[in-house]
Amino acid sequence: MAALREKVIFEYSRPGRAARDQWPAQISQGSPMPETLRRKSPPLLPEVGELEAVRHFTRLSQLNFSIDTHFYPLGSCTMKYNPKACNQYAMLPEFLGRHPLAPESHGQGVLACLFELQEMLKEVTGMREVSLSPMAGAHGEFAGVAMIRAYHRARGDLARDEIIVPEAAHGTNPATATMCGCSVREIRVAADGDIDIAALAAAVGPHTAGIMLTNPSTLGIFERRIEEVARIVHAAGGLLYYDGANLNAILGKVRPGDMDFDVIHMNLHKTFSTPHGGGGPGAGAVGVSARLAPFLPIPIVGRDAERYRWFAEAELPQSIGRLSAFMGNIGVLLRAYIYMRMLGRTGMSAVGDYATLNANYLLARLQQAGFEAAYPKRRASHEFIITLKREARELDVTAMDFAKRLLDHGFHAPTTYFPLIVPECLLIEPTETESPEILDAFAAAMASIEREAHEEPGFLKSAPHNMPVRRLDDVRAAKQLDLTWKPKAQA
Amino acid sequence: MAFIPHTESEVAVMLAAIGVSSIDELFDEIPPSLRVRSLDGIPAALNEMEIGRLMSARAQCDGRPLSFIGAGAYEHHIPAAVWAVASRGEFYSAYTPYQAEASQGTLQVIYEYQTMIASLTGMDVANASLYDGASALAEACLMAVRANRKSQAQRVLMPASVHPHYRKVAITAAGNQAVSFEAVPFSQGEGRTTAAALAPFDGQDITALVIQQPNFFGVLEDVDALADWARARNIFVIACVNPTSLALLKPPGEWGAGGADIVVGEGQPLGVPLASGGPYFGFMTTRMAHVRQMPGRVVGRTVDVSGRDGFTLTLQAREQHIRRARATSNICTNQGLLVTAATIYMSLMGPAGLARVAAVSHARTSELIAALTRLPGVRAAFASPYFHETVLLLDRPVAPVLRALADRGILGGFDLAEHYRGLGHALLVCATETKTSADIERFANALGDLMEAARAA
Repeated sequence: MAALREKVIFEYSRPGRAARDQWPAQISQGSPMPETLRRKSPPLLPEVGELEAVRHFTRLSQLNFSIDTHFYPLGSCTMKYNPKACNQYAMLPEFLGRHPLAPESHGQGVLACLFELQEMLKEVTGMREVSLSPMAGAHGEFAGVAMIRAYHRARGDLARDEIIVPEAAHGTNPATATMCGCSVREIRVAADGDIDIAALAAAVGPHTAGIMLTNPSTLGIFERRIEEVARIVHAAGGLLYYDGANLNAILGKVRPGDMDFDVIHMNLHKTFSTPHGGGGPGAGAVGVSARLAPFLPIPIVGRDAERYRWFAEAELPQSIGRLSAFMGNIGVLLRAYIYMRMLGRTGMSAVGDYATLNANYLLARLQQAGFEAAYPKRRASHEFIITLKREARELDVTAMDFAKRLLDHGFHAPTTYFPLIVPECLLIEPTETESPEILDAFAAAMASIEREAHEEPGFLKSAPHNMPVRRLDDVRAAKQLDLTWKPKAQA
Repeated sequence: MAFIPHTESEVAVMLAAIGVSSIDELFDEIPPSLRVRSLDGIPAALNEMEIGRLMSARAQCDGRPLSFIGAGAYEHHIPAAVWAVASRGEFYSAYTPYQAEASQGTLQVIYEYQTMIASLTGMDVANASLYDGASALAEACLMAVRANRKSQAQRVLMPASVHPHYRKVAITAAGNQAVSFEAVPFSQGEGRTTAAALAPFDGQDITALVIQQPNFFGVLEDVDALADWARARNIFVIACVNPTSLALLKPPGEWGAGGADIVVGEGQPLGVPLASGGPYFGFMTTRMAHVRQMPGRVVGRTVDVSGRDGFTLTLQAREQHIRRARATSNICTNQGLLVTAATIYMSLMGPAGLARVAAVSHARTSELIAALTRLPGVRAAFASPYFHETVLLLDRPVAPVLRALADRGILGGFDLAEHYRGLGHALLVCATETKTSADIERFANALGDLMEAARAA
């Protein structure tokens, strides 16, 4: 990465400069708009030519890490390669130009893709029905918990407003429960990393709406007693929610539906390789068991004979409703569809195989280098946790220091300080698309940082040293808020 | 296969390093009874050439009709540079910018975006975007409940002239948190919200009033009067606006004496393709006083340890990964790539270019209205000012007319029968700068022929 910096685009502005070739031709005015409704002074937008804009944004792009340029061992995020074909064929002009309210007669192509995507997602998850409408993982979580609530309400079971989550759960889980008007009860994880069954049995009851679980868990291990968990929750009248963040680990190996989950959200931008785009767009399709099918969010694609169509709202009277202005992130869904068709049935289980192989291999290499696994007796799933508590205690260096120093080595930092229950942790997920020599290089970088921790801890603690910026003053960022650029005179 | 690079000999070395004899052994903690036996429902793999052929055929099914549909998604010219740059792998395949040192490009783009969208809406601060315009409106309603401390009621006034899908999304999103939405009818002759319609709420505890400008019918609301009515009663003003229109129209920050409190809208017109409805992005701006109640990511400029400027996510104490059950929202994503495209789009257009797009769109709509209302059996529904969209009334049901037009490769607008039965045979039509006089003539001729044939039959 070039250690360059780039001015704010407004500093390139020159009054009167513009990319006029992109403007529409002037035509005679329409009917005049009332003076009282008109804007008095122009907005602060840049005044630059096309080349200035292209150079500026290209330079900015070069200040980023990305999968195309760097390895991202980010636990729970599944930063795998985003195949170029998925982008190219989702961006065919007919797909891009199609209006969301265009008639089904002018949408049989895209609807066929969406219908088949629904079918493939049902097959790999073992769920009865699927809706593609949620626009991100957290949006899918919202839909899932809202369906659980709607299910209990529809049965007149009005007291069920408590969602159980393990203490290691993703932050979105409790936040989602709150958005759905539920309270949250956290339960302990046992020493072996599985759910504490006694704690679960004590927690469930007539207030239990459901439990939200990731399996493999956020500790990077498979919840072995999942069948017992399902029995306990179902016997108490609650439902099981599967957080699909870790679906990559079990693709083609075990299905949430077979584990008796009632609802699942899938992060298509993780498991099915749609791009993260610097923080979105995602897509968070939801799948459900038969008992939740009537509550799925609209819209859903159906097929009558050889014709594809959107289900009408009147056909789904118990639906939790509409989640987006139109039909969800269809461009993302098309990319996931293309990816799944390119993988096919054997590719799908190869993902689970090689994601797990890569994780266990990297764990073995790091253990050989002297790093401590958080759950050394357990098999890693597609990810695993290294704890640096010994380094913190003996050398006063932290997981954050390691994370920042890895950037200097050209590796994106693993997920740090999550899950919250493991001290000084790095949650590492290599994904199946990385070659073994990248994993070796990462292990070597970690070993070299460990040496540095002994020999030159001060240098490590002030990392990164080779990035466009050094460690940033987050306190100042939050106290002296500078959220918009202002011209010099006003600054 | 499956974008997996491993060779057989590498796999053997890796298995030996782990100490297992096969990949399958790595799954030995999964109860055998749960193991998948087959995935017969998944078709066999296609290679790149085969998937290319399939997708091209599917795309051709959808065709490229001449479209006059708006209703919340608008066809605008997207400069070639927008997606040429936004699709660069360094933007496209980058992660969320939690590691600020490795994400200065994305962070600076968002900071520039926040500046542009805050200025366009006339507000102080913006977040890094939400899923789409409808979900942004829903989040604004929840934010108003948190931020308007003068109201206890959790009641939001939602005019019937607001996009019907937006109203439904708000109910889905906020309904579980005991927020209630009260409908405000529109004036039948004007197609907009009047003071008379608000009068019944005088003296009641109301949290916020939603004002969409232009409203779903394309009509310009009397935003000054509505905002002043709300302000005088300590009711928050939530503006829902079209960003293109703001190059010409008064920004919500200047509505009435006090301006809006929260502004949201659909960002799609700013360089994002229609793509059957997504991915788009919702924007949200507000006053500095309410910034800590705003959901979603926010980027700030700060300094690094050597005193140089840099960008970082800030105010994260509001968010789910820190606050968990007490977060302002469960949202963790923004629509980063779409925001990148929109920032490039706004940079290329500049203030004058965006005003040109808005003015030409308005002019083309005037031309469209003139051409269509010249036809027998077609008239304008409302005598009100409009931006780039309007409602026409036909002398017969709209659906069969639209089907016949579609057979001729013309998408003639959005039928309001499902959502506004009381309006009669109402059709919402839109023209942007992408439509030429010849396009409008083709639409008018086809519609004229159909109506005449129908009358003769």
